[in-house]
Parts: sequence; C-alpha cells; structure tokens
Amino acid sequence: MTEHQNLRNFTINFGPQHPATHGVLRLVIELDGEVVERVDPHIGLLHRGTEKLMEARTYLQNIPYFDRLDYWAPMNQEHAFCLATEKLLGIEVPRRGQLIRVLYCEIGRLLSHLLAVCALTADVGALTPQLWGYEEREKLMAFYERACGARVHANYFRFGGVARDIPDQLVEDIGKFCDPFLKVLDDLDTLVLGNRIFKQRNVDIAVVTAEDAWARGFSGVMVRGSGIPWDLRKAQPYECYEEMEFDVPVGKNGDCYDRCIIRQEEMRQSVRIIRQCVDKLMVEGGRGPVQTPNHKFTQPKRGDMKRSMESLIHHFKLFTEGFKTPPGEVYAAVEAPKGEFGVYLVSDGGDKPYRAHIRAPGFNHLQAIDDLSRKHMLADMTAIISTFDIVFGDVDR
Amino acid sequence: MESDLKSLGDAVAAALPGAVANATVAYGELTLEVPVERWVETMTHLRDAPDCLFINFTDLCGVDYPQREKRFDVVVHLLSPRHNRRIRVKTQTDEATPVPSLTGVWKGAGWYEREAYDLLGIVFSGHPDLRRILTDYGFDGHPLRKDFPMTGYVELWYDDEQKRCVYKPVALSQEFRTFDFLSPWEGPDYVLPGDEKATKG
Repeated sequence: MTEHQNLRNFTINFGPQHPATHGVLRLVIELDGEVVERVDPHIGLLHRGTEKLMEARTYLQNIPYFDRLDYWAPMNQEHAFCLATEKLLGIEVPRRGQLIRVLYCEIGRLLSHLLAVCALTADVGALTPQLWGYEEREKLMAFYERACGARVHANYFRFGGVARDIPDQLVEDIGKFCDPFLKVLDDLDTLVLGNRIFKQRNVDIAVVTAEDAWARGFSGVMVRGSGIPWDLRKAQPYECYEEMEFDVPVGKNGDCYDRCIIRQEEMRQSVRIIRQCVDKLMVEGGRGPVQTPNHKFTQPKRGDMKRSMESLIHHFKLFTEGFKTPPGEVYAAVEAPKGEFGVYLVSDGGDKPYRAHIRAPGFNHLQAIDDLSRKHMLADMTAIISTFDIVFGDVDR
Repeated sequence: MESDLKSLGDAVAAALPGAVANATVAYGELTLEVPVERWVETMTHLRDAPDCLFINFTDLCGVDYPQREKRFDVVVHLLSPRHNRRIRVKTQTDEATPVPSLTGVWKGAGWYEREAYDLLGIVFSGHPDLRRILTDYGFDGHPLRKDFPMTGYVELWYDDEQKRCVYKPVALSQEFRTFDFLSPWEGPDYVLPGDEKATKG
C-alpha cells in the first residue's frame, strides 16, 4: 500500500429506471464506501405541465388532471380541487354527496397506504406482502370502477357533489369488505412488522425531529411520525369529517419504522370511517341528492334535458363555456394519504383558472432526502424513499 | 373567524410599521402584501412572533401578470399549527429584481424557489442552489409565463439515424383550438374583428 493514495468519493446514479425509486426519480449519490455522503435528487422526468394545461381549460375539464397527479389515491386529489373551486363559487355539497366523498377518500387512503406499506416491505427484501397488498387493492379498485367506471383515473368528483349516485348494493359490498380486510391487516402485522430483519432495516433510519418536520413543510404521516398529532381531518375538518369517529395515530421516534406502523394503523382508522359512512348512507338521513341542485354549476339530469328547455340550455352552457368564477384567490387543502395536498387557485373572473398551483406533499418530503439520508448506508436509501411515500405524479406535476 | 384574521393582519402591520402594504380578508383567508425589501424580515416575524408562529412552510409559487410593470407575484402560504391558522403573503417583483430567498427562514423553501425560478424566471438572491428543477436538462424559457405558448416551442422525437432522442420545432397537425365563449357584454374588453372603425369613431 502506498501512503499517498488518491482517495475520492464514488458517485453513482440511482434511477431513473430503478423499481425502488417508485417512479422516475434520478438520484445522484456520492458515496464514501457504502456510506451516503450527499444526495442530489433530479426530478421532473414526469413533468407534464399540469398547471400550464389547467390555465387553458375550463374548471370541469381540469378535474381529470388531478387523477393523474398522485395515481395511488386519485380521488383525494380531485377532492382538493373541488373544495377550492367550491370555495370560490360558494356552493355547498348535499349530505349524501359528502358521505360518498368521504367514503371514497378513505378508500383512496387504503389504496395508497396499502401500496406504501407493502412496497416498503418489497424494497427491503420481502416479496410476499406486496402480493397480498395488491390483492386487496384490486378489490378496492373494483369499488372505484363500480362507482365511476374506471379503476384508477376516476374523474368522479364534481363541483358541488359527485358525478352520480352509487347503488345500495355497492354500499353493502363495501361494508362487507371491511372485516376480511382487517384480517389481512392483522396478517401483515404478524408477517412483517414484528420481523427482525424488517426492524433492522427500518428502525432509526432517517429520523425526523418535530421542529425540522414543520420547517421543511412536512405534513401527514411525516409529521405524525415525529410525534405531532396533526391531521387536517381533525384540525380543519372539511366535508362531514367532524361527525366521524376516528383516532390519529402518532409515532415516537420519527424513523422509518414508526411511519410504517402509523400507515398500518391509519388503515384501521380508515376502515372505521368507511364503516360509519356505510351505516350513514344506508339510513334515511343519508338518502337524497348527491349534487347541489344549482344547475348553473352542476350537470342537469339527462331525463330533465328531454323535457325542460332550461336544463338543455344549462347543459349546453356547462359543457361549452363552463361556468365563470368570481375573481379572487383561494387555497384549499385536504389530508391526502401522503400529507397535505393543497390547490391554490387564482381566478380573474373567467371560466378558466388564471393560475393554479398544486401543492404536492411529496415535493416537500423528497426535498429533505439529502439531509436525512446523509451518513446512512446505500441500502437504506430504498427504505427512506419508500417511507417518504413519494409518487412522481404529484412531485413532478 | 373573519375578525380573528383581520385582527391578526392588523397586529402584524402594527408590529412591523411600513412592512404590510395591504392586509385583506377574502374567502375566509388572510392575505398580506409586503414590499420586496421587507420580505425576509416580515417572514421571520411571522415565524417567531408568539401571536403568529407560522412554523410550517406550506407553499410558494409565482403568478404572472404580464400587463403590470412588476409582472410577478410571489405568493407564500404558511400554516400555524399552534393557532390552527393559515396565512398568505405576497410580494411583487419583475424579471430583473431578485427576491431575497426564504431558505434561511424555512428549510422547505428551497425547492419551491427553484420551481418558481424554473417555471417563471423569478430570481431569488441568497439561494444556495438556484438551478432548474422540473423542466428538462438544457430547457430554454420559462413555461408558466403567460407569453409562453401552451404547446411549447420544441418536441422530443427519436431520431433513427442518430439513434438518439432529438428536439425538433413543434409541429401540430391541428392548431390547438381555444374558443372564446365569454359573452361580449361580460367578457374581456377587446375590439371584435371588423369593428375597428366603429370604435375609433
């Protein structure tokens, strides 16, 4: 060995076509041996210019773009956009519409958390749980399909409600889904969460402190993992979340393992909310219209259009020029599975948004990956990416 | 709720004389307008003052108004978990005037400022790493500006001879069709084709 060896760090490309990056993330990682010294994330490989496209389309035409942001839980995104537009227009959602929205948002949460937990296990080397998770996801996507006709890109929420009512049979089937699903969650617990190798790969990895989590703009599971009981469904309730009973699980250590446990527990809480929605939808108080009857903003019934001239005019106006919004700016946020998903709309009084900005939770989370993964091993990167719960539809927009 | 926000706006304006040009409450949301020179000072106050405590950096984005002399708005959304309140703070700038970076106040501001720089061309001074973030390597222009066409200028093709992807000028088989549905008596104020003489007289 010579004494004056010319040592330098080794730089590698992680992604963009690596399955553990959960999409198209390119990480340029500087390594000292196997220890990560610096991470430079290159994002934007899935940038589709959603915000620019939205400026050229009417409000109604913009809803489908929101399915394509976080495609693990499409309806939660639509929800934020609908809330923002409803705030501008000042319209209310009837009760049955609210219940269906909450029901499908919680299904979206299950869809997202299932994939997050199961993909994490796959990323640290256990393949079976992912298949179990996909099986349940298929059932949930069937519920999506029965409501709106599409498994993923739902386009189901409308301003002032949802596109169409769901049949009682579907509500019953969703109710029947709950118990077997809890069994699957218990199985996942015993198979994965207590597993020694799984703990070795996740405990004390990428610890986030509470102050740090706020300053970095974290939200959702990422702040709850650090012991902060913050959930927009409780703190700033929207729709009928106020009357739902559920708990907000929080972590202690802010590491990858806590975040995984919280997701697992949140799924149980979501099932609780789904049960309450099912019960409320089946009783008399949950019947009624699913859209606000103001046809200046919502589509009139097909049957009415055959008989009423006014309905025909409303239909024509809505699907050509759309509706106009009063000038102003609003910000509306929902507790999406990945954190706070917000939509900032600027309206100039026209029928298209003058400017729309999408505040994606993953964008803040991924930003912190450089600081949080320093001095970790290269193999921990997959666990870190996975528990940050990043999906490139919404990071890149 | 509304009066709460109004009094918060007044309190901030009183604590920092001259820093808040305008405080409005609309749609149940408080908006402060701040001159660019007092940007960081106001933000630090909003983070640290006990009646504010906006410790969560939620969002930053730019809005383009090309007809204005200072064409850009920089809009920041903040959240105070302690008081369970949100606030929106705005400042105005143009293409040349840099906005002081907020990365020293909240760590989360870094990428949002990069995004505003990338998509709108707003310059931030004191930013540790002001690179493009969302657009492609070597991209030219700032796509969210109103004078940037929605279809863009270039498109990516695979070139079979060079065996790689190349940029070509965008060629649409059909123009993007925008229809002006706004009624002439309530829409934007412009002269209809053929009516030029009528309005001049």
